[in-house]
Amino acid sequence: MNHREQLERVLATDPADVGCEQAIALLHMYADMIATDKDAAREYPGVAAHLAACGPCGEDFQGLLEAVTAGA
Amino acid sequence: MIPHDDDAPVLDPASAEWISALTAAGRDREAGLARLHGLLIRVAVHELRRREASSAVTGAELDDMAHQCAADAMLAILDKLDTFRGESRFTTWAYKFVVLEVSSKLGRHYWRRHPTTLLDAEDWERLPDRFGVDPGEHAERADLVKAVQRAVEETLTDHQRRLFTAIVVNQVPLDALVSQLGLNRNAVYKAVFDARRKIRLFLIANGYLDERRQGR
Repeated sequence: MNHREQLERVLATDPADVGCEQAIALLHMYADMIATDKDAAREYPGVAAHLAACGPCGEDFQGLLEAVTAGA
Repeated sequence: MIPHDDDAPVLDPASAEWISALTAAGRDREAGLARLHGLLIRVAVHELRRREASSAVTGAELDDMAHQCAADAMLAILDKLDTFRGESRFTTWAYKFVVLEVSSKLGRHYWRRHPTTLLDAEDWERLPDRFGVDPGEHAERADLVKAVQRAVEETLTDHQRRLFTAIVVNQVPLDALVSQLGLNRNAVYKAVFDARRKIRLFLIANGYLDERRQGR
């Protein structure tokens, strides 16, 4: 990957991205679907796009998924 | 599934049991609260340990923060209990409050470790590292950095410029910025999202990036 492609990747934005507010509002449903092997990204593509792009929300999702799958 | 009245959500049995315990009176409620509190602490400790490498919160401080996160999550859960509609398991819904508390508290904690970080400092020399530009390509690197700097100056609002600079150039964590500026995460993310889109369009218009990649 050359430097322009790297820059392109950093600046890329996905129009499907629903933003933090909506992603967090749906996060518990999304995590439960993933934990039970359902296709959450197909059901909520805007949430999937957001979690892939937003570091903090992606981190929250990983934490929630671990808590759920560990059965805390 | 256990149906309640006509307007109530349909809950899975375990979730219904939680709601029943937490809305009961006397000892049943106390037992439910204690059980939930124990789970919330376990989730908070696990989550803080998971983020230990980046947060540098360890030992007694971690335990103390975990208890604060669990206590604040508990208050939020009880306050919003009547909004739980059963779209997920109750515990998943409840754990979300803990994880969000952890993020919020670590965002505030950042400033204890980095008290001198300046939000508005614009160290453009760092930009190639942020964008992964190969330091060996000096001339092209300098050209690209200047173009991004021009895009920032000419296309962004003051608000977008400040947040983009803090997050992308100075690498302040988004939740730390949220804490420092009293904004919500969505507002900061949206401002930086719009800033990235504007910079990209500027770079395309000026021949630095390929238009065919637009929209990806």
